[in-house]
Amino acid sequence: MAAKYDLNDDSVVVIIGTGAGGGVLANELAQKGVSVVALEAGGRHLPKDYINDEWTSFGQLAWTDMRTTSGDWRVSKDFSNLPSWIVKAVGGSTTHWAGASLRFQEHEFRTKTVYGNVPGANLLDWPITLADLAPYYDRAEKKLGVTRTNGIPGLPGNNNYKVFEAGAKKLGYKEVHTGRMAINSKPYDDRNSCQQVGFCFQGCKYGAKWSSAYSDIPKGEATGKLEVRTNAHVIKIEHNNLGEVNGVVYMDEQGRPQRQSARAVCVAGNSLESPRLLLNSASNLFPDGLANSSGQVGRNYMRHMTASVYGIFDKPVRMWRGTTMAGIISDESKHDPSRGFVGGYEMETLSLGIPFMAAFLNPGAWGREFTTALDSYENMAGMWLVGEDMPQETNRVTVNHDVKDQYGMPVANVHFDDHPNDIAMRNHAWKQGTAVYEAVGATRTMPTPPYPSTHNLGTNRMSANPRDGVVNKWGQAHDVKNLFISDGSQFTTGAAENPTLTIVSLAIRQAEYIADQMSRQAI
Amino acid sequence: MSDSNGPVGLSRRELLSKSAAVCASLVVGSSFVASSTAVWAMETNSLSPTAMATLIQMARDIYPHDKIGDEYYAKAVKGYDNADMKGNIEAGIASLDAAAQGRGYANYLAVGWEQERVAILRDMERSPFFQQIRGGLVTGLYNQKEVWPIFGYEGSSFEKGGYINRGFNDINWI
Repeated sequence: MAAKYDLNDDSVVVIIGTGAGGGVLANELAQKGVSVVALEAGGRHLPKDYINDEWTSFGQLAWTDMRTTSGDWRVSKDFSNLPSWIVKAVGGSTTHWAGASLRFQEHEFRTKTVYGNVPGANLLDWPITLADLAPYYDRAEKKLGVTRTNGIPGLPGNNNYKVFEAGAKKLGYKEVHTGRMAINSKPYDDRNSCQQVGFCFQGCKYGAKWSSAYSDIPKGEATGKLEVRTNAHVIKIEHNNLGEVNGVVYMDEQGRPQRQSARAVCVAGNSLESPRLLLNSASNLFPDGLANSSGQVGRNYMRHMTASVYGIFDKPVRMWRGTTMAGIISDESKHDPSRGFVGGYEMETLSLGIPFMAAFLNPGAWGREFTTALDSYENMAGMWLVGEDMPQETNRVTVNHDVKDQYGMPVANVHFDDHPNDIAMRNHAWKQGTAVYEAVGATRTMPTPPYPSTHNLGTNRMSANPRDGVVNKWGQAHDVKNLFISDGSQFTTGAAENPTLTIVSLAIRQAEYIADQMSRQAI
Repeated sequence: MSDSNGPVGLSRRELLSKSAAVCASLVVGSSFVASSTAVWAMETNSLSPTAMATLIQMARDIYPHDKIGDEYYAKAVKGYDNADMKGNIEAGIASLDAAAQGRGYANYLAVGWEQERVAILRDMERSPFFQQIRGGLVTGLYNQKEVWPIFGYEGSSFEKGGYINRGFNDINWI
């Protein structure tokens, strides 16, 4: 049975957010016997509730609270109040993630050393190495049931993948397969196998894709140590006069303020909300925001270099059938500066339905140049390009005091300018993606601009030196010993790979550290 | 097509007898707009039928799909046919008609070639009116389930068991 804790119970660890970071951390701590209250801003939606309809599902799951944007990125022009497509629900963005589960490469933990001085980039080596994280990657892969690990077979390739694979092989790419996916190719951990439904982004109705919503959260609740409160939107973290956090204020389902006492607080609200919460928690003791003596809270916002390529052929593809992210080309993920940029990128199949294709293929475009592309929708193949972007101090989440949310709190403003390295990488990726489809006879290819960000990273980054970042190698705030960051905002740099597996691995590792610190009475 | 009662309560013959052509594919009556073949008709409330016909033509010119009938464009702009929107929409249509008159036509609907209508729209594509209509069409047109099959898109698949036994990997030409 799920636990039930008193608001004044100051022995509990409060976790804010229930996605890849918070949801996993909640379960891992509960398994160790730690008392946990997880506060989730959204509601609880499970596979039976998910909807195979892009806009209806968006209305059900997406975080649509007001945000503002600035900077030269195109998302700011086309989707000025939707900088990011993430989920507000139990399970967070593990509800709509595609399932790609890739380990970072060894050099991606020490980019300042390997890439050298990149003007305008605020590169920093992680305070941990791949070797430090490897045992936790092992455990994360087992938890998620990642294909092509632990003897789990790969998924079968769908039509979109077959076009992609044939083009890749003609180009001479070698690392091409149906991916390391947290989508069951056979039943695993009481979850079904993939039925090739094709609405991975709308929540998997078969539960074949791992999500903390129906994996870690119910397992944590079954321990009797975890209480999840839904529609509980945290607006402030409070502290005592020693500078230790001791509670959080949240708005409950009825819109009433509540205060939950806490022994420790773990923030996992995704890289836009987590820094916003720290900044909105400014106090006399922390005038620039909680845990912000470095001035780095909200800075170094990364969103991955992203882009897409869609190819049109003279015969049908029907890319929407089956796994959305059905395969990968990894040949370009290496660091090879001879291409004109540092870092690398992955190429992964992707498809959108007609409603989202109309919205995202070329936002703002109209006329026959646009509509003839949609007329060939059935003959279209698609891929997403995702690579390492450069952390920049000026790319940052701030609080916009001119715009308030439904609770009267300043909203997040997301400022982003592309770094020249991001632009060079995107141009290279568009060229290679186009070449993949042209190699197998595409009659038309469309380099497609970035969508609203799904990979939000870096705004509370890890650093060895407290001057350079917000948290230490355990995700523990440099300034506040019982405050932790447990989501992708702790990433020092972004790497080329989809971030979820790394967020999960860090959460498993952090749970060990927190439990250990508690047992030593250090926190 | 039989002479059964249509959406505005008129038989096809009655409807055509009470309407006048405004462009190649649309006719208008006192309180309705219909296809010139009378296979569909839509009543108007606040907007004049001619204003509604102009919006339908504008919608098609923004997102032209030759396989999609006017009926779907009409549904996509029907939401503007109310008292709150009427003032802004009529002002926008007046600007369209003025631009057409500047090119020697009676109004926007009288411009015979799509290319010329598109030139008029290009000149005003930064206007709030154009952006309102274009932006609304992105969901108003493409999120109509009835148009998805025209693109070949199959929509929800869960209730059919996904595609695992229904062609997820049936490509035969690659």
